[in-house]
Amino acid sequence: MIRILLPAHLRMLAQVDGEVQLEVEGRATQRSVLDALEGRFPTLGGTIRDRGTGRRRAFVRFFACGEDLSHEPPDAPLPDAVATGAEPFLVVGAMAGG
Amino acid sequence: MSKVRVLVGTRKGAFVLTSDGGRKQWSIGGPHFAGWDIYHVKGSPADPNRLYASLSNGWFGQVIQRSNDGGTSWNPVGNQFVYDGVPGTHQWYDGTPRPWEFKRVWHLEPSLTDPDTVYAGVEDAALFRSSDGGETWGEVSGLRKHGSGSSWQPGAGGMCLHNIILDAGDPQRIFIAISAAGAFRTDDGGASWRPINRGLKSVGLPKPDAEVGHCVHHMAMHPSRPAVLFMQKHWDVMRSDDAGEAWHEVSGNLPTDFGFVIDVHAHEPETIYVVPIKSDSEHFPPDGKLRVYRSRTGGNEWEALTRGLPQEDCYVNVLRDAMAVDSLEDCGVYFGTTGGQVYASADAGDSWAPIVRDLPGVLSVEVQTLP
Repeated sequence: MIRILLPAHLRMLAQVDGEVQLEVEGRATQRSVLDALEGRFPTLGGTIRDRGTGRRRAFVRFFACGEDLSHEPPDAPLPDAVATGAEPFLVVGAMAGG
Repeated sequence: MSKVRVLVGTRKGAFVLTSDGGRKQWSIGGPHFAGWDIYHVKGSPADPNRLYASLSNGWFGQVIQRSNDGGTSWNPVGNQFVYDGVPGTHQWYDGTPRPWEFKRVWHLEPSLTDPDTVYAGVEDAALFRSSDGGETWGEVSGLRKHGSGSSWQPGAGGMCLHNIILDAGDPQRIFIAISAAGAFRTDDGGASWRPINRGLKSVGLPKPDAEVGHCVHHMAMHPSRPAVLFMQKHWDVMRSDDAGEAWHEVSGNLPTDFGFVIDVHAHEPETIYVVPIKSDSEHFPPDGKLRVYRSRTGGNEWEALTRGLPQEDCYVNVLRDAMAVDSLEDCGVYFGTTGGQVYASADAGDSWAPIVRDLPGVLSVEVQTLP
């Protein structure tokens, strides 16, 4: 079970209050987790990753276990603590904008 | 008794303001989509309970929401806006070619007859259409592929298609405006387009009367006279009596002819409204006095409407999509400011009162007149 913390803008879109919990088939990676997230909440399509390129949007970051994973390859395994649900995977709106 | 519903898009959410036909007591609904930039909310003329809203922000991109119950509840629909074919390039600020790149939806224009058909004007400038209630979008690419497209340049606010006018008498005819390319018209449902900018003069262009390159801020039409168009350009208030074939200036005695909004009285096609703004660098009313100007002669002769509006120390702006009229017998006029006020007049502009004073900066105002 993967735990995901979404920023307020996306919780509003997905109509969830707290963290999201998902089952991910196979290895937990950024891509597999986000695919599962968008499968559960289609409204999040295009808001975290560009629809055309599939790449992380410029002002979105991915944190877990006190580390910034934003620049890790999308198919790299996430930390074991994320894969086991001990730690959440954070989708963060960067400190930019207003 | 009739009702009015005012749809307000702001920098941090959407608001739905409702009143009976007296337009004195208002209820304020919202914020919907708190935290999102709401560039536009508009209802279907064919089904007033069908609303469309454009949400965007710098973090999470573009989302379109649809309501089937007049704004009480909303659901997301499609947000995939893909340019048709190889997007090609337009000009960047430095004159270099730059690939078209989708940024946001500025304006949503529902069909006059079909609640499931809606047009979207986007940045970088293009027109999209959905015929399934916003679930999927396809580009009306004849516009962007018009011969001048590669020479279009962004204005200060981006290269946005911000204005879409559908002709009630001719479903094949659509008018649009782009900053800073100008006005365009199709007579074949969007297959082909041509610029309609003859008569416009823009001092910021090397050739002031160029075919394209003009910064059109807003256009308006009375549905009973679709050949008559009014335009607030970057500078100059303009009028065309032949569906944009030629324009002439009607700024007349305005204190400044810079501004963003322009609209037409619901029942008097020669009565029009603007809000003069001091200049292109000073986006606030002259002398700190917020004044709507009304012409009952289709331009040139203007009167200041001040009753109920702040006449000192007012330094707000009124953005291009932030004025609308209702169609009650005594035509109501509404506008929103960057300071978060939404003002309403229930007597065609003679007097004004704020519906609400402290919203986030207002990006757009639309009005629905309901039975």
